[in-house]
Amino acid sequence: MTLELRNVSLRVGGETHIYPTTVTLVEGEFNILLGTTLAGKTTLMQLMAGLRYPTSGEIWFNGGNVTQVSVQKRNVSMVYQQFINYPNLSVFENIASPLRVARIARREIRNRVERMAELLQLTPMLGRRPSELSGGQQQRTALARALVKDADLILLDEPLVNLDYKLREELRDELPRLFEGRRCTVVYSTTEPGEALLLGGHTAAMHEGRITQFGPTAQIYRAPADLITAKVFSDPPINAVPVTKSNGAFRVEEGVSWPANGKAAALEDGPYVVGIRPHLISPVGDGREQVRIDGQVLITELSGSESVVHFEHGGHVWISQSHGIHALKVGETASFHFDADQCLYFDASGRRIGS
Amino acid sequence: MARITLDNLRHSYMANPKGPADYALKQLDVTWEDGGAYALLGPSGCGKTTLLNIISGLLRPSEGRVLFDGDDVTDEPPVARNIAQVFQFPVVYDTMTVYDNLAFPLRNRGIPERDVKARVEVIAAMTDLTEMLPKRAAGLTADGKQKISLGRGLVREDVNVIMFDEPLTVIDPHLKWQLRSKLKELHTRIQRTMIYVTHDQTEALTFADRVVVMHDGYVVQIGTPVELFERPHHTFVGHFIGSPGMNVLACQVENGKAFFDGHPVTVDNPPAGSLQGKQTEIGIRPQFVRFGDDGIPVEIAKVSDAGRYRIVDARHGQSRINLLVAEDADIPASGARVSFDAAQTRLYADGWLVE
Amino acid sequence: MDTKIENQKGWLFVLPVLILVAFNAIIPLMTVVNYSVQETFGDNLFFFEGLKWFQQVLASERFHHALGRQLLFTFIILAIEIPLGVAIALAMPRKGGWVSVCLVLMALPLLIPWNVVGAMWNIFALPEIGLLGKTLNEMGIDYNYTREPFAAWITLIAMDVWHWTSLVVLLAYAGLSSIPDAYYQAAKIDGASSWAVFRYIQLPKMRHVLTIAVLLRFMDSFNIYTEPSVLTGGGPGNATTLLSIDLVKVALGQFDLGPAAAMSIIYFLIILLLSWIFYTVMTGKRGEP
Repeated sequence: MTLELRNVSLRVGGETHIYPTTVTLVEGEFNILLGTTLAGKTTLMQLMAGLRYPTSGEIWFNGGNVTQVSVQKRNVSMVYQQFINYPNLSVFENIASPLRVARIARREIRNRVERMAELLQLTPMLGRRPSELSGGQQQRTALARALVKDADLILLDEPLVNLDYKLREELRDELPRLFEGRRCTVVYSTTEPGEALLLGGHTAAMHEGRITQFGPTAQIYRAPADLITAKVFSDPPINAVPVTKSNGAFRVEEGVSWPANGKAAALEDGPYVVGIRPHLISPVGDGREQVRIDGQVLITELSGSESVVHFEHGGHVWISQSHGIHALKVGETASFHFDADQCLYFDASGRRIGS
Repeated sequence: MARITLDNLRHSYMANPKGPADYALKQLDVTWEDGGAYALLGPSGCGKTTLLNIISGLLRPSEGRVLFDGDDVTDEPPVARNIAQVFQFPVVYDTMTVYDNLAFPLRNRGIPERDVKARVEVIAAMTDLTEMLPKRAAGLTADGKQKISLGRGLVREDVNVIMFDEPLTVIDPHLKWQLRSKLKELHTRIQRTMIYVTHDQTEALTFADRVVVMHDGYVVQIGTPVELFERPHHTFVGHFIGSPGMNVLACQVENGKAFFDGHPVTVDNPPAGSLQGKQTEIGIRPQFVRFGDDGIPVEIAKVSDAGRYRIVDARHGQSRINLLVAEDADIPASGARVSFDAAQTRLYADGWLVE
Repeated sequence: MDTKIENQKGWLFVLPVLILVAFNAIIPLMTVVNYSVQETFGDNLFFFEGLKWFQQVLASERFHHALGRQLLFTFIILAIEIPLGVAIALAMPRKGGWVSVCLVLMALPLLIPWNVVGAMWNIFALPEIGLLGKTLNEMGIDYNYTREPFAAWITLIAMDVWHWTSLVVLLAYAGLSSIPDAYYQAAKIDGASSWAVFRYIQLPKMRHVLTIAVLLRFMDSFNIYTEPSVLTGGGPGNATTLLSIDLVKVALGQFDLGPAAAMSIIYFLIILLLSWIFYTVMTGKRGEP
């Protein structure tokens, strides 16, 4: 059940919404579309489903060209972020609706609906209407309806974003279990890098209508191909600071410098951008870091167990995220440390060195 | 600025409430000190928006009083209480320019135009809206509109308290950071009482000096982010705060010692008296669970990658224990055992911390 | 290379409608255009006359008078019905049991067949036996709409307001219902007066709905025929002979197909032009910069 996009693009009016994209999605795993709000994730999902037709390119599913096939004929399910259910049908009827359309026998429908309801913990609510349920239960109903169809392609468009923070965590935990053992292609879109990492699978980082990189999630996180992918995959935002390499060292303008080691030593002199994830910068050293920056503290945000400090150095605002509470005062100058070997280096065009 | 006291407050949306289940807010006695940054944190339906509307005067409580600096304002309309409120969805007057939007509350009070101009310019500078002043408010992005809402709240100098009802809901995730930091910065600068309602613990813990955790119409705990994190008074607080939340494991207590499935567990708060007839549980945060050579045997069900650490889903029988391990730490393939940091293990009886 | 991939089957669904519209609208329209440039003496004899009828109609005083009356009527109607409709919509409750009652009451006048409306008011306003007519005369007001032009106008306008304000009310009400509560709450907090709330929140949010209401009322009132025809027949004399009534008199009364057809086309173009102006002004003035 592989879904392939071959040079698919979408142009509306004079604008390009999706640039020519070629990607092969992986069956049996979460294929995550990660990007900011207008990156094109929903549009791409609509193209995959057949709700919109591409301006050019082809869509192949299971070895067959489905580009011209209408969405009703494609075996697709979709879950939206707005808990979409039929408001005047009971939960049971909601889940049963795709099966009734497919004209499946009544007893079979009852079996499948009840099994699905149990899987999603909806059994006590089968008789109620969606308006009587909480947000989490409504979304579970929508999920049940999507899953009961046993579709070849299941699309989830930011399904958890309208839920309570804690509920989101719980449902996210359950999702892999729900899809276990199914031979279908699952596409899941989200704006949160943390969610992508927790779900695993493969990720396509999207930015302004393009897929910048597609691969196993952990790999994209640790070895992004370019600066844009690194930025998409960072929350809090990655520190992207312009540096110049000369005389065997990287120097931040009007700021700190550190020696170029390992692979970085072989680079030509010139301008680069160094990407340092906030959790690699800490106000306390643990011995491994070699670089020390002194900066003026702008804001400190303390949650129960960690501290996020924004500070100014060399004309840029840096963000540090560390365990424990470090109650630094705004305006004071403090020292921060990071390990230069853990940084990502990007050349002037944005491509990562070593990728 | 004002000291806000809630005295014996209860609220029901029904005309004739019969029991606790009919009340949206049950028994509240809370005082908010002048100039503090507070958060109201809780899941959907816990009553936080109801409480906010009662404080602002948009809703009249069915029982109890609201006091501002000792004066009973329960019957006063919002205008008389001098409050400002920023809603979930940006509320701007579309037909006016940004300047007129900010000036609106001042003009309604008949303040001379010269003073209005001075004040609007100060607030625009604080909220980074100076360049947008002559533009029509309808043309701004969501975060721009929220800034206008925020500015309208700040523009009146005699504002007693500024309230935020989940203000970052419609903001792009990658911009949430900026707006959140901006709110924190504003509070530090103007030192006015701010109450921030949210279901997102990160927002609550990073913004507030003191957090009020609500559940099902009750205030469960009030404390600093650190207190809530390290010493939750109720298992609900432990579960709700922290991602993932606290591990809550059923345990048996004999002779003042706790046992988890036969294994002895040292707790930081052993009971002074008998806990006969109560449901006893141990609470331990995933950060404080370690792999070790001796301890409770577990099976590893799943390892999730969260970027800077990994979450291990370990099972002991039917119980689930989460641990956090560093990115590069080793996870035993088999025969794993976990132990709890005694200083951080807490005993709970019927959900409440044993003291 | 670009290959446009689109489903062309959609056009098949449009075909039946296309045929219907063709028979009901386009072909008759073409026939009218045909008549407007020809002269007939009955017996299906037609002589091409070019633009003679158009020139004749446009120059005729009778046409100018009818157009003048029509413009006055439409203007008065819009000036009354739009603000009145909005005011009633503002006064209607938005929550609770009374909502359905009010909505049904508002819908009732719209359900009555138009000639019945005309007949109703005809009798209602009769000076001797009508409830309204008799009451006004008893109160000392000298009221007879069958003989005085001014009274006829007042009655005509009252009838139209009674009949059609409900449409504006229902449209405005729908527009108002879509405003989220948060706006009202914010206005309360900002200390805004009721007038400010109306001007800065309610009116702007109702803009689209009001555009529809104005356009609908404009076009319908410009075309109005049945009700005034039943009420006054165009009288007394010519006092309430609006455009359509005049047209019917010419076409069926005098059987002058040529001038009648020309008048139809001229009215059509006038309505088109004025509608376009209204639309541009209402959406352009408040549109995005």
